[in-house]
Amino acid sequence: MAYMHIGKDFTPPDVPGKVTGRIKYAEDYTREGMVYARLLTSPIPHARVLDIDASEALAMDGVFGILTADDVYPDGEPQSTGLKILTNEPTLVGEPILALAAVDEKTAETAIAAISVTFERLPFVTDPLDSLQPDGADAYNGGNTFVFRQGFAQEKWTADQVASFRAGNEPTAEPQQTVAYGDLEAAFSASSYVYEGTFTNAGYPHMSMEPRSAMAYWEDGKLYLYGGSQSLTAFADGIAGIIGVPKEDLVFINEATGGGFGQRARAGSVPVYAVPAKLSQKINRPVMMRTTREEEFTIGGARQGLTGWIKVGFKPDGVMAACDLWIVSDNGGKGGGADAYSAADCISVLYQADAVRFRGTAIGTNTAHRGAQRGPGQNQIAPIISPILDVAADELGVSRFDIRKINTPMTGDVGGPQRTPFTSAYMPEALDMASAQFGWEERQSRRRQTNGSKVIGLGIGQGYHNAGRSGMDGIVMMGADGRLKVHNGVGNLGTYSYAAVSLAAAEVLKMPWDRVDIITGRTDLHLPITSPQDGSNSIFTNTRTFYGAAQDMLAKMKEIAANELGGAVEDYDISNERVHQIADETIGMSFGEVAAIGIELGGKYTGEAELPEELAEWTQIAANRLAGTGFMGIFHDPRHEGNPPGFTVTCCEIELDKETGKFEILDMISIAEAGTIMHPKGMDNQLVGGAVWGIGLSALERHLYDPQNGIPASTGYWQSKVPTYLDCPLKIDTGWVDLPDPENPVGARGIGEPSQGSVSAALTAAITDALDGHIFGASPITTDMILNHIAGTSEESVPLAQNNFRG
Amino acid sequence: MNPKLTRRRFIKGVIASGAAATTTAAWYSATGQEKPSGFVERLVRINVNGQVRNVDVEPQETLASTLRYKLGLTGTKLGCNRGECGACTVLVNDVPTYACSVLTHSFKNDRIETVEGLESANGDLHPVQQAFVEELSPQCGYCTPGQVMSAVGLLRENPNPTRDEARHALSGNICRCGSYDSYLDGVMRAVELIG
Repeated sequence: MAYMHIGKDFTPPDVPGKVTGRIKYAEDYTREGMVYARLLTSPIPHARVLDIDASEALAMDGVFGILTADDVYPDGEPQSTGLKILTNEPTLVGEPILALAAVDEKTAETAIAAISVTFERLPFVTDPLDSLQPDGADAYNGGNTFVFRQGFAQEKWTADQVASFRAGNEPTAEPQQTVAYGDLEAAFSASSYVYEGTFTNAGYPHMSMEPRSAMAYWEDGKLYLYGGSQSLTAFADGIAGIIGVPKEDLVFINEATGGGFGQRARAGSVPVYAVPAKLSQKINRPVMMRTTREEEFTIGGARQGLTGWIKVGFKPDGVMAACDLWIVSDNGGKGGGADAYSAADCISVLYQADAVRFRGTAIGTNTAHRGAQRGPGQNQIAPIISPILDVAADELGVSRFDIRKINTPMTGDVGGPQRTPFTSAYMPEALDMASAQFGWEERQSRRRQTNGSKVIGLGIGQGYHNAGRSGMDGIVMMGADGRLKVHNGVGNLGTYSYAAVSLAAAEVLKMPWDRVDIITGRTDLHLPITSPQDGSNSIFTNTRTFYGAAQDMLAKMKEIAANELGGAVEDYDISNERVHQIADETIGMSFGEVAAIGIELGGKYTGEAELPEELAEWTQIAANRLAGTGFMGIFHDPRHEGNPPGFTVTCCEIELDKETGKFEILDMISIAEAGTIMHPKGMDNQLVGGAVWGIGLSALERHLYDPQNGIPASTGYWQSKVPTYLDCPLKIDTGWVDLPDPENPVGARGIGEPSQGSVSAALTAAITDALDGHIFGASPITTDMILNHIAGTSEESVPLAQNNFRG
Repeated sequence: MNPKLTRRRFIKGVIASGAAATTTAAWYSATGQEKPSGFVERLVRINVNGQVRNVDVEPQETLASTLRYKLGLTGTKLGCNRGECGACTVLVNDVPTYACSVLTHSFKNDRIETVEGLESANGDLHPVQQAFVEELSPQCGYCTPGQVMSAVGLLRENPNPTRDEARHALSGNICRCGSYDSYLDGVMRAVELIG
């Protein structure tokens, strides 16, 4: 379909501000009378605060006050996992205990140093399997796991069960969760190649470039909060509840956000923003809370580490018959997510196995907060499963490309343990495109070619993530000037999705882009609720809402024109910012004239009547404040059917040096299958960005904790080693299938998450290929692991564990 | 103190002598007093974006702190404040420098440029900035000012870099969004714009 805007590049309005430094992040704001907060954090991995003596600090010149857990939780701390604003029961090193405000940061630091905190030390643990031992320490007060709606619990295995798992065997303990479909036993019986082994995925931090600083002040009973988030209205909706301020009394200002990757999508992951808000309320001054890189590591969130066992069976023709997956998740010090289940879901979706069983247990450790991180679960399992497919292909005499094509999902298929149908799935087309553009077949002659100590490895991989929510709201407005104002609560994460989804509204009304204003950046501009901007959701979700809102405005325009100029609504169309009769285009009026009449008429035309009944509370507040101020289009999106997937395929060629264990990525291409492409350059950015994340997942990033003291040793960019320019190929090629999805009015789906998974799958497959099919069963595969393998040292020499050098 | 030297007379003398500012060092010099042990000048003059700025600088103050919190030049970002990420990169005498890892006192006689100083007087973007817009190089944008300054530093030294030379020149700037490819596209586009 030919579109006016969709599928064409444009410059999102925030880009010039980013290259000039003018755009403001939370810490760039200032306010007259602003004072500075610093955090006192726990130096102990698991403890209970017995006493806080801040008398000396509070007596210092320039100190305005402190905020403790007792202040923010007067009825006691919530007895659940999840980050707290402040706590008297720290379960990880670096967890905020209290905050102090002073005239400047130096004074605040000096005063913090004068505060005496008496801790009761409690047993701690840095590896989930250690905690599962009969005498293993529990990470939380009340157990080592948290059961939904039941509370903390203790999960223990026998010593033999732990030892057997560590020795590479299928766990025999009772899992907390079991999900299955198909006849697993029969499927394995029908298999002619079966792989079985243990694996580890290391947890690692988000390391967003912007530490989670925030500033807050109160004015006329309203809280003005400046912070960074992935979402805007969804985040504001949540943080209002955490702070305890009515939604209508919160103004959340968030012009730009310095990276998110899952951990700033929802307010529950960033409760520390309540510190400046509540401290400001307490001392009656604006408060700026700057957070450090170390603090960002601790409370900035991390990927769950997975310790697992996998068994996969393939039929003689390469069809994946069965997959049996058992995963112990590292939930860290504050609880985790559903990564393990998503890993099983991903295998089911991508390879359409006849039978799948997932068993899982989630255990806490006294390490960094875990939670959503780009493709949670789907991306961890990608580098584990891809080499298994390759080895199976070689064993069965099927090509490594064909084994993926044989098992590919396609439109009409179902996926996941819930057997959910896809809204559409063009993975076969994506595989073909990647193969053709990369020259996969032609390159096979280079496979495992050597040049001195260097050897060529080829890899192909696939990525998947569910990429679509619905049920949100959209608002567009127009004044007598005829400009279209898209009230946009998506949030500015850096994907430019907030801008790309606005194209849907411009498309419906055939508006020139320079006549469209995106209203965003602060909630007192009255923005509708959206889904949190996570899980590759914005494009699918908000093209639906803005398309619907613009359709509502279009229908109202035609009504007004018919009333004013005669004829029926069906007699009218739009072009060149005019509503006109189809039969005679000279009979019509400009958008500005229609909007002016609508404003004069009021009622449903200005949001003063006939609002959709299902609007979220947040949207109702916005709509009520906008009512009567302009010509309004408003829409509540009904739920969609099926699973809108985001798919990617990556091919890469590496040269691995067996003397150093290092490799260079010589070539890489990533292809997206995400429905209609809204914004090609934005899509390209998501693909190359995901590629960099995939390289980090496969080869570099991991948590490292001192097991003797529970101290993190990877708090910075260097120790955690996020990829740099020099870790990446000189150029990453990209492409996309660009076929529409029927559940979206413009055919679009999201892509942010799987772009990492396919790269990690392909890169790990290439490393395996270069090493003659050796499966490490790990992410990352570091240079020392490669060298140890070449030297003949087994991975089993390093225990199966998390937060150490293996996992 | 010299009884004949009043504050007013001192300031008038400084102005008459053509000095641009009153400094503590000048005060000690004028009064004939010995500087105390460990004395570090507080009021310093630094040249930022072609303008001489007088700033009260603490002895241990980093250039990034001075730029952001004393001069309001918040385009210079603090990502790690420990020399790992490059978000705070500025140019000192055309050389890309981590502003978080150097002390302001070290640059009293140097030419400092930040991202705010790149636009022309009529508001035109610097070719690197323009190229980064055209290539949609930034994602979240937090590292972008540092990437811009490293790229400007590179192109001043080497106006026709290869993509690989650009990759090495910018390798001290981390982009957690992973927009390296788009930044390199931007640098190569800037080469074309500069001509």
